[in-house]
Amino acid sequence: MDELIMMAHGSGGKKMHELIRNLFVKYFRNPFLESGGDAAVVPPEPGHIAFTTDSYVVDPLFFPGGDIGKLAVSGTINDLAVSGAAPRYISAGFIIEEGFPVKDLESVVRSMAGTAKQAGVQIVAGDTKVVNKGKCDRLFVNTSGVGIISEKHTHIATADHVKAGDQVIISGYVGDHGMAVLSQREGFPVKTGLKSDCTPLNDLIGKVLERFDHVHFMRDPTRGGVATALCELAEGRQFGVLIKEPAIPVREEVMGLSEMFGFDPLYVPCEGRVLIVADQSVSQGILHTLHGHPDGENAAVIGEITTGNWGKVVLETIAGGRRIIHMLTGEQLPRIC
Amino acid sequence: MCVSIPAKVIALHGDMAEVSVSGNTFRAGIQLLDDVREGDYVLLHAGFAIQKIDPGEAEETLKMFREMNQDGE
Amino acid sequence: MKYISEYRDRQVIDRLAGQIASFRDTKAVFMEVCGTHTMSIHRFDIPSLLPAGLRLLSGPGCPVCVTPVGYMDHAIALARQGKHIIATFGDLVRVPGSTSTLEKARAEGADVRTVYSITEALELARTHPGRKVIFLAIGFETTAPATAAGVLQAQKEQLRNFCILSAHKVMPPALEMLASEGVKIDGYLCPGHVSVITGEEIYRFIPRKYGVGCVIAGFEPADILLAILLLLKQVTDGKPRVENAYKRAVRKEGNPKAREMMESVFRPVDTEWRGLGMVKKSGLVLREEFASMDAAGQIRVMVEPPVEPQGCICGQILKGIAAPSDCPLFGKMCHPGNPVGACMVSSEGTCQNAFKFQSDG
Repeated sequence: MDELIMMAHGSGGKKMHELIRNLFVKYFRNPFLESGGDAAVVPPEPGHIAFTTDSYVVDPLFFPGGDIGKLAVSGTINDLAVSGAAPRYISAGFIIEEGFPVKDLESVVRSMAGTAKQAGVQIVAGDTKVVNKGKCDRLFVNTSGVGIISEKHTHIATADHVKAGDQVIISGYVGDHGMAVLSQREGFPVKTGLKSDCTPLNDLIGKVLERFDHVHFMRDPTRGGVATALCELAEGRQFGVLIKEPAIPVREEVMGLSEMFGFDPLYVPCEGRVLIVADQSVSQGILHTLHGHPDGENAAVIGEITTGNWGKVVLETIAGGRRIIHMLTGEQLPRIC
Repeated sequence: MCVSIPAKVIALHGDMAEVSVSGNTFRAGIQLLDDVREGDYVLLHAGFAIQKIDPGEAEETLKMFREMNQDGE
Repeated sequence: MKYISEYRDRQVIDRLAGQIASFRDTKAVFMEVCGTHTMSIHRFDIPSLLPAGLRLLSGPGCPVCVTPVGYMDHAIALARQGKHIIATFGDLVRVPGSTSTLEKARAEGADVRTVYSITEALELARTHPGRKVIFLAIGFETTAPATAAGVLQAQKEQLRNFCILSAHKVMPPALEMLASEGVKIDGYLCPGHVSVITGEEIYRFIPRKYGVGCVIAGFEPADILLAILLLLKQVTDGKPRVENAYKRAVRKEGNPKAREMMESVFRPVDTEWRGLGMVKKSGLVLREEFASMDAAGQIRVMVEPPVEPQGCICGQILKGIAAPSDCPLFGKMCHPGNPVGACMVSSEGTCQNAFKFQSDG
């Protein structure tokens, strides 16, 4: 194969077919994709269909703990899983800047295939576009995904069953992904051993849903972090959310970087964590289940749903005070004052 | 007005020191201080060490906290 | 985190709050001069731990808030020339000038880079020898020595494409103005990290001349509570003086080496503070021998005439005369997503803190 992606790789001609055969089909390999039709035709299954899409433009493309490929597959799987769906099929769209190294594209594709395999999901459709130098930043990936939701889990995505007394659980440390990616940006002055938490969560979530009824809501706290995810949950609702700062698991390294640059870890994205709101009667059981899974070892109950403070998220601070948490406005910038 | 946090000096290279903040390492300018040594804790601000933390004074303050009772004098 | 976690210990906080509670009959207003204090106080919701008779007011110690709109206009105009690299702390990126922000200028194509340190700006100058790198130098005594060290480094390396646009300010003249003109205050929580450089001396005139106590405070909850406790004791003793509640970081004499470096590079000039107006000898500009690195003198640029936002009362808020809730724009037209005045744009600003960290009281 060529060393660099050329305009010809997106032209619909021989080079494009080579690329599809030698890269995408080779790694994603499954009968739906190999049938080569304009659409993947998959068999029907009982239940509701969950359908989601997301685009990935992460910089840098490769970071400790993951890369844009793993992120693109995990992100879409997680959007399905937190809605209560069992993820089934994913499509992958690539927008590639001319001159992008083929071996880097191969790394990304290999990583996508590995992540999909690990999660038991098939990549059944794809598309490639090549754009002129400078028209995109190396590589953008879009993934869409389809999953199946059983009738008894349709309330999870709408949060309609959430009520006062429910417990709020986070499946692990907060902010690892955002800080790991930030620390790899060009010119960022700090070296850190932090790794992204990026991972597909459908196995972990599947185990929780299999063992427990009364899971009332789930969300993966990606952009805007835990704070924003909880604000979105509370907005316009007739309940409030109270979280306790000392209970929120934050790694020392993330805390250190946050203090150094004036960030709040509650707003830093995670890509392998899930917030679970569940009935108090099952919260300890869920916690136990999470602790027994490699992706949930550091799970913790961080708060609860309250009768007061409708529509608001309140943080009980480490000093014992209480303040209201708002959604993130604009990306956090390193600051000196 | 100024975010500044304690960092531990782990190595010295001329005008720069490699410092650690909870396991994250950073190269800080030490031109503003005399006699910085490995193992010292320094206050880091905008990329520079602006003062050494005095471990004795820190301990004094903590001792005072420990001896304080909760209901006033 | 060593030297941080110990001062966030709940038991210690409860003990200090307990001691403070024994002053429940004392009525007092204290001002935290420093914006980082404002931020800590809100972040941990310190007011909920204090008795009702005690009120905390925020002062003018946020360098972003007191930076006049004309400085932002100047920086934005330089950015818009297109050929230079603007290196700025993240703090300034969203601060509104008269008609734009650095963030908008970047979206329009200007090369605006966020840096954490002047060291990174110097590196940009080394790696882009064909372009001018303009470092936006803001901050009080805490930050000015770092800029001085950077300027000296640039001189040593003969980095001819590096320059700074200085908005550095020093605290004492502003403190003097505040003590003489501002609202009646019963005690000042003095800025810990400015004091690291200046030492205790700069506050002496306040108890002596104005009979108001000063306690230098650190930034963790226990540090702030300790300083409040000491101020309360001063009020009830009737013996205002300068005390240091941040001894692990602040020496009596400050950091003389940093001050010398700062003084060797900068000279004091009269300068405008947003909200306070002109304050004599409170600004820092490069000395004659560094004139080649002074962006203000070296680069010709047309700067639009400054327009202060209509209806914004940042000025009165900075002096402690008005509260954010007194402003007709607060929470309506002016919020962190659309800041009108500097007090809303800065993460240390009184308005942003009042908005973001509303207490659940």
